[in-house]
Amino acid sequence: MGTVAVGPAATGPNRVSSKRGNAGPLWWLVLPALAFFTIFGIVPLVGVFALSFTDWDGIGDLRFAGLDSWTAVLRDPELPNALLVTFLIMALSWLFQTPISLLIGVFIAGHQRYRAFLAVLYFVPLLLSSAAIAIVYKALLDPNFGIGAGLGLGFLNQDWLGQRWLALGVVIFVVSWQFVPFHSLIYQGGVRQIPTSMYEAAQLDGAGRIKQFFHITVPQLKYTIITSSTLMVVGSLTFFDLIFVLTQGGPGNATRALALDMYLRGFRASLMGQASAIAVILVLVGLALALLLQRLGGKDANTSQLEGA
Amino acid sequence: MDQNRTSRRSFLTLAMATPLAAATLTACGGSSGPGQAAEGDATIWFLTGAPKEEVRQQSVDSFNETSESGDLAATAYQNDAYKTKIRTAIGAGQAPTLIFSWGGGSVRNWAEAGQIEDLTSWVEENPEVRDRLFDAAWIPGLVDEKIYAVPHETVQPVVLYTNNKLFEQVGAQPPTTWDELMALVPVFNDAGIAPISLAGQSRWTTMMWLEFLVQRVGGTDAYLAINNSQPDAWSNPDVLQALTMAQDLVRAGGFVEGFNSVVADQNADQALLYTDRAAMLLQGSWCYGSIKADGGEFVSSGNLGFQSFPVVTGGKGDGMSTVGNPAQYYSISSSATDEQKEIARAYLADGVLTEEIAEAFIQEAGEVPILKGVEDQLAEAPDGEFLTFVYDIASNAPFFGQSWDQAISPTAAEELLTNIAQLFQLSIEPQQFADNMNAVAGQ
Repeated sequence: MGTVAVGPAATGPNRVSSKRGNAGPLWWLVLPALAFFTIFGIVPLVGVFALSFTDWDGIGDLRFAGLDSWTAVLRDPELPNALLVTFLIMALSWLFQTPISLLIGVFIAGHQRYRAFLAVLYFVPLLLSSAAIAIVYKALLDPNFGIGAGLGLGFLNQDWLGQRWLALGVVIFVVSWQFVPFHSLIYQGGVRQIPTSMYEAAQLDGAGRIKQFFHITVPQLKYTIITSSTLMVVGSLTFFDLIFVLTQGGPGNATRALALDMYLRGFRASLMGQASAIAVILVLVGLALALLLQRLGGKDANTSQLEGA
Repeated sequence: MDQNRTSRRSFLTLAMATPLAAATLTACGGSSGPGQAAEGDATIWFLTGAPKEEVRQQSVDSFNETSESGDLAATAYQNDAYKTKIRTAIGAGQAPTLIFSWGGGSVRNWAEAGQIEDLTSWVEENPEVRDRLFDAAWIPGLVDEKIYAVPHETVQPVVLYTNNKLFEQVGAQPPTTWDELMALVPVFNDAGIAPISLAGQSRWTTMMWLEFLVQRVGGTDAYLAINNSQPDAWSNPDVLQALTMAQDLVRAGGFVEGFNSVVADQNADQALLYTDRAAMLLQGSWCYGSIKADGGEFVSSGNLGFQSFPVVTGGKGDGMSTVGNPAQYYSISSSATDEQKEIARAYLADGVLTEEIAEAFIQEAGEVPILKGVEDQLAEAPDGEFLTFVYDIASNAPFFGQSWDQAISPTAAEELLTNIAQLFQLSIEPQQFADNMNAVAGQ
């Protein structure tokens, strides 16, 4: 649905307008992109907004239903639950991924051979499709025939996808497993841009590795952290495929995040009006978060941090 | 995160691809509907999955060889994907000529939206089409007494499979009453065997337990009230009792530990039965074939037992009635051309379930086609005992209840499956379940 375009929607127009200023007659270069963005981003968004005021079932006639879908969605106890699940996944997967990605990123930023080799290995999960990952994890976590039973490790024989908090934990873990490599890559790039002169100066001043990490690497990576966090936070709003295949929102509604709720309402329960209302909520939440994170990063993300370097 | 990157990348790719795409878009303006059918051909969508997929294809192929009216172009989809795809396709006016379904709520939904043909007069003009198939099979294809879907393929009741070896091991008999079933739970648990295998994550498997309990406790009327989405059908005291009994069974430890993580689409529930870890399994008759194929010596050495669901003492329902799929169905899309509709009707009359195809369903799929007079063929088949058992259920059952999730509207069905999962996780009480369901009945 239209929500897929949330990320670029937030940044697209900004880029366009800033280009116009310094690139003069080249403005027409953005036309193809703008046309596509309008056709595949804006138009569906408007369509979804219009659909949220109907009670369309997907195949019948379109009937205007006023605010019926909205009141149904806003009164449904499913909405607070879906929001809670979404924000839990967002917050916990950020908490889980950021330190790991940062550390791996710093580690693979080194130019040693074995590190380059390991970097390639770390990258593998990102090459797999989410659906395939979910199916494999589902098989691995089967309480009777999964990895626990196969290796004879009793503690791995949990009701992984059947208990509320365990299932949520599994979703967060699998999501992180898939995306840590991507964020490590971002951090690797960030770390390699930090001038070595800073570390040399710190060494002369007698700072150890840990001090260097906290006083040079982390502050220097401020904008990398913000970029990576924006991608994580806004991206986690649209998590669908992995959760859909892994748990279908279950057990009960324990992992029924907003995007999944939208799909299940629209395509399983054929309530396109309500699904569209959820989609609009998703867009708003996504925009709000993207703006908030931009603000956190300060007014101008291009200012230099290299004073004194 | 994934979405974000993909869309950004595609944003750029798309920008570069504009002139190209514009050229190709105009080029494919003249193509016909889905399925890449040649001009004038009718299209048909059905489900993947061996061995029935081959039989379906065989039926289309042999129809095409002899057909005078035109050819059918077939496309196969995986079960769950199909259910979503077909709705979207119908909504977009891209439906195939012949629409596969399980009858019930979805057919009513399509009929009310004017998307499928009323076939009543055609069937009346061709009584031989109606007369050769099981009478009960026609019911889920009716919408307000009119025929909108024609039955085909096989009858699939839900049966209670048992592992005879495990029953011998603990010295017990398969249960004929609910009380016996409850009494068996501690016996098996003490022996370190799961009493019942259940693929709880799939939810429709759990639903079968409730369907039978409602039928056995509340009788056919209570069951039909739910199928017909009558208001307050779920508040019936008998239904509430059935819900409570289901939770009692969960509390007693009747189902395999971690059943909420077990998934039916990988046949893990069947595997528990044939690997001697669980003693019973309530599943559709379609599982017999896969248990036989995957279970090694399990079926051939006589370890697989099958029987009807136990009766509930004092309940209003009999022990002969069953639930499941009375048949599969084909409807004809209203948006097809007259030529395509003609081909589709010819296929429904002479192609979809010929004697040859019925034989293939018996021999290759181990299922009972809905063709009258196949008893002898069934008895002679390699799995004669099971097939005759299924045939007897199908022909003698006073009531053959259609699965709830197929019978009721898609909206109510989704709510039902979510609530059933919660009921079996003991996270909601029967009364709350009934309230939730009554709220969506009729939607």
